Amino acid sequence: MNEQTKFVEIRHAQKSYGDLEVLKDISLTVDRGQIVGIIGSSGSGKSTLLRAINDLDPLTGGEVWLDGVQVNKNLPYRKYEKHINEMRQQVGMVFQHFNLFPHMTARENVTMAPIMLKGLSKAEANKLAEEQLDEVGLLERIDYYPSQLSGGQKQRVAIARALAMKPKLMLFDEATSALDPELVEEVNLVMKKLAEKHMTMIIVTHEMDFASSVCDRVLFMDQGVVVEEGPPEVIFKNPKQKRTREFLRKHLAGAK
Amino acid sequence: MDFELMQKVYPFFLEAAWVTILLSVLTAILGLTLGALGTFARLSRFVVLRAIGAAYVSVFRGTPALIQLFILYFGGPQIGIQLDAFQAGVIGLGINAGAYMTETIRGAIISIDKGQTEAARTLGLSRWQTMYKVILPQSLRLMVRPLGVNINALIKATALVAAISVVELTYTAQRYIGSTYKPFEMFLLAGVLYMIIIYVAGRGVTWLDRKVQIT
Repeated sequence: MNEQTKFVEIRHAQKSYGDLEVLKDISLTVDRGQIVGIIGSSGSGKSTLLRAINDLDPLTGGEVWLDGVQVNKNLPYRKYEKHINEMRQQVGMVFQHFNLFPHMTARENVTMAPIMLKGLSKAEANKLAEEQLDEVGLLERIDYYPSQLSGGQKQRVAIARALAMKPKLMLFDEATSALDPELVEEVNLVMKKLAEKHMTMIIVTHEMDFASSVCDRVLFMDQGVVVEEGPPEVIFKNPKQKRTREFLRKHLAGAK
Repeated sequence: MDFELMQKVYPFFLEAAWVTILLSVLTAILGLTLGALGTFARLSRFVVLRAIGAAYVSVFRGTPALIQLFILYFGGPQIGIQLDAFQAGVIGLGINAGAYMTETIRGAIISIDKGQTEAARTLGLSRWQTMYKVILPQSLRLMVRPLGVNINALIKATALVAAISVVELTYTAQRYIGSTYKPFEMFLLAGVLYMIIIYVAGRGVTWLDRKVQIT
């Protein structure tokens, strides 16, 4: 297999906390422009796997590669810091609890990293913030503080903040799980728009409908392993594994 | 109550109050500096620095400030540290206050949600950039009031340096009691002046606290 063709590649990912093994030898590849959904109950390891991709939760074994470069290289501290900061600039991440910087306006949230890390001038960064916030439909809220925004608006600003770094890959860690039901749709729409632009995305989600409508591929994880993966029509309509069927039955029943 | 006497000695007490204020200001500056350094040590990624920071805090919070002053002032010359009483007072109290302030500043920093660090690091910011741009501005708001409490305690602790004969408010009160035999009036006068100093410092903290808050 030619590794150059693989955009994201996880090789034999393993992670333990003491005796507790949360990821058990997971391998996974994602092609450029592909949208992969990860589903599974809490504690299945899906967030840990996602957070291993930008080394927020370092693996205890295995490798993560992005666009031909190993992310979790074994380097001395200073070199590693420099390397990982460069890698992370290429990977956007959106969190369940938004994690906007509360002491900055929406504009400042979006412009901070491009100014600090890419040397954009204030004027360039402002223009960028306007574009990105317009893209998520929040241009009129550009000078609002996070505390003045709804949950859905906060998450859209968080997406704009990540996109302002022009990432190659976007990671979504249950981006809508903390939102009131009526606010979920506005965030989903932004994500769908990104999908239409062929952004490569890995999405950890509890929303089966959303996963089946935007994802090219869905992974079902349980107890630290990928139990089953395939196109959403197969995973949701015709899963082969018993564990997948049980999860979907429980989850869909629970949703009602 | 002998108001006439109080009026007569009042100017000398005012002079002594200036010494107390000067002691407090210098002690606060030294304490804040050591508090910042102590926090830096306690949050360092180097285990040796962390241990030094932890030892500093536990030694100086775990023993009476008066004993620390005595060791410095009376015991110092024995190991080659020659300080006059005022210097010993500032340095002794400053080191003591620094230990408390280390815990205050560190507490404000570590209470910022972990998600803030994660979001900043995910964007590609370094540890220091994250601290400087994201964590410190938020923790500053949390530390002003508790540092105000530390400063309040430190102003009152300056009374201890009377024991090493720095001529500040408490020492002055004691001296005038010696010649007038009116402890009630003398201590009352000193107490009122302490209260004024602490009130003004408290207003300053409130003002600063309001200044660092947004929205």
